[in-house]
Amino acid sequence: MALTYQVDDKGYYGEFGGAFIPEMLYPNVEELRTHYLDIIKDPSFQKEFHDLLRDFVGRPTPLFEAKRLSEKYQTQVYLKREDLCHTGAHKVNNTIGQILVAKKLGKNKIVAETGAGQHGVATATVCALMGLECIVYMGAIDIERQAPNVARMRMLGAQVVAAESGSKTLKDATNEAMRHWINHPVDTHYIIGSVVGPHPYPDMVARFQSVISEEIKAQLTEKVGRNYPDYVLACVGGGSNAAGAFYHYLDEARTQLVAAEAAGQGITSGHSAATTFLGKSGVLHGSKSLLMQTEDGQVIEPYSISAGLDYPGIGPMHAHLFKTGRAHFYDITDEEALASALELSQLEGIIPALESAHALAVLPKLQAKSTEIVVINLSGRGDKDLATYQQRLNLV
Amino acid sequence: MNRISAVFESAKGPILNVYATAGFPHLGDTMTVLEALQEGGADIIEIGMPYSDPVADGETIQQSNQVSLDQGMTVAHLFEQLKDLRVKVQVPVLLMGYINPVLQFGVERFCQKCQEVGVDGLILPDLPMAEYESEYQEIFERYGLYNIFLITPQTADERIRRIDSVSQGFIYMVSSASTTGAKTGISSEQELYFERINQMNLKNPRLIGFGISDRESFLKASASASGAIIGSAFVKLLAHSSHLREDIVTFVRGIKGLK
Ligand SMILES: Cc1ncc(COP(=O)(O)O)c(C=O)c1O
Repeated sequence: MALTYQVDDKGYYGEFGGAFIPEMLYPNVEELRTHYLDIIKDPSFQKEFHDLLRDFVGRPTPLFEAKRLSEKYQTQVYLKREDLCHTGAHKVNNTIGQILVAKKLGKNKIVAETGAGQHGVATATVCALMGLECIVYMGAIDIERQAPNVARMRMLGAQVVAAESGSKTLKDATNEAMRHWINHPVDTHYIIGSVVGPHPYPDMVARFQSVISEEIKAQLTEKVGRNYPDYVLACVGGGSNAAGAFYHYLDEARTQLVAAEAAGQGITSGHSAATTFLGKSGVLHGSKSLLMQTEDGQVIEPYSISAGLDYPGIGPMHAHLFKTGRAHFYDITDEEALASALELSQLEGIIPALESAHALAVLPKLQAKSTEIVVINLSGRGDKDLATYQQRLNLV
Repeated sequence: MNRISAVFESAKGPILNVYATAGFPHLGDTMTVLEALQEGGADIIEIGMPYSDPVADGETIQQSNQVSLDQGMTVAHLFEQLKDLRVKVQVPVLLMGYINPVLQFGVERFCQKCQEVGVDGLILPDLPMAEYESEYQEIFERYGLYNIFLITPQTADERIRRIDSVSQGFIYMVSSASTTGAKTGISSEQELYFERINQMNLKNPRLIGFGISDRESFLKASASASGAIIGSAFVKLLAHSSHLREDIVTFVRGIKGLK
């Protein structure tokens, strides 16, 4: 059988994936699994989804030729401007899709987890748009370091609940959201924010984010006369923006898929979130994937300057892309990401999110040729990170 | 015969299954707790293997897991503590935990250790039935281990029948849609659910867990099942006890209505 990078009918990407969930969640996840493809493929769903992406999110997002960056690195750099999406990041592509699914399933309440707060804001936004009740769990530490997004969620009418367990970051917010769903199984849909969780979530979220590479194909054709780049670069927390940017190139052998993981203070420092370098196969949040863990199978608290990359696992699709060698993974430190954020701001007039800055930081290491085309998925804008930039880049 | 089946065959009254987090309140307390539970009259004991991310558990059990891990508990260390289990404890013992630590220990090696120390069965809430049947059942059975499945008020009848056909020992009936320790007491709506399942004439007996905290809720649950499971209420007692053995014996006798 030919190697495939798509999910199989058991919910696996190679050896990764599955649905490792307690029986309490089985009816909900099973309901979603049996209906999601029919719902998504329905023409009326597609129309509503794409109308909202156009009129509410502002899609298509531009593909911008970054001339000064290109000159500096002697290659042809294009930025996919997901930072220009309404709410400031790619996360909203997924929340629009999932809220429409939730409505079709007859759910009237939404629960979500959030790290940087971008997914929380994107969820609170679509809940306001559709008039559904919204609860967002957020690690107590993230609530502190992403204060503007907490305020935005509250202004949008969402209830933000602090996750006080464990490391008090994204992993624990995800635990709390799952516990909330266990306690409210009938009327609530859980909008997961990345390509993680039990099958069918990774596949469903990847499909909603795949609009990114769908647009890149058309935009590249128009700009350079071919629909594929030589490289696509994206950061990977759980991996949703990367999944979207890679999706239509998974079987395009001429395109190299490149993922940037957060190395934090360095992969050997003990303060890192670089899963493919530090993890091994394990089960967390409902799927088998690569996971940072102790020898005893306890999940290790990750660290990154970027709240959106501060997660001990990656989606099963990315674990498979790593394992098969289809995608190449780079580890990017806090310092490298900060330097790239400053560079993009001053060379191109775009302040990126800290997460996206990790993808930008691959550029100096890539050694792409001057004739090659490099698309960087700029997953979000830096407004939410200004306090960190101010402090770490001495902007006084 | 597996000790679990023997208990159900010989039981005179309702069966009491008590959950205790291993290595809690102190790392070295595991065997003390087990012996006191047996002395008090517990019919089955469930030992919780602590995990960093127990999504099916509420705050009380989460915190006990974290305390135990912080004190240095591991799967390997637990087996070390259970080395003389069958010298001291005759009641059936189940290990309850999450799948990841078992995977890292090695499924086969884990089952072998269970058999070696005299563990009778496993409760792994995040190991789904389909996965169990395709990858695990053969290994578990080779080492004489029963795998206990959960059902909830939302589990469809058809799935309950499938679970019944794969189960051995008993079915763990979750009393309400919740994590552990979220609610206490039994409502009349829950009693209707208990009775509905009771009427299904399943092949396996059922024990009802979640929200059982005292003699009253124990008896209510046992009216429509073979018995019940106490978890969070017991872990709370462990957290606050100053005389572990005496407190445990008194608690268990109180639930069972023994003098
Ligand atoms: C701007 C931005 N990029 C990337 C991420 C990481 O998520 P993912 O790996 O799912 O794209 C986040 C998460 O919060 C984010 O806000």
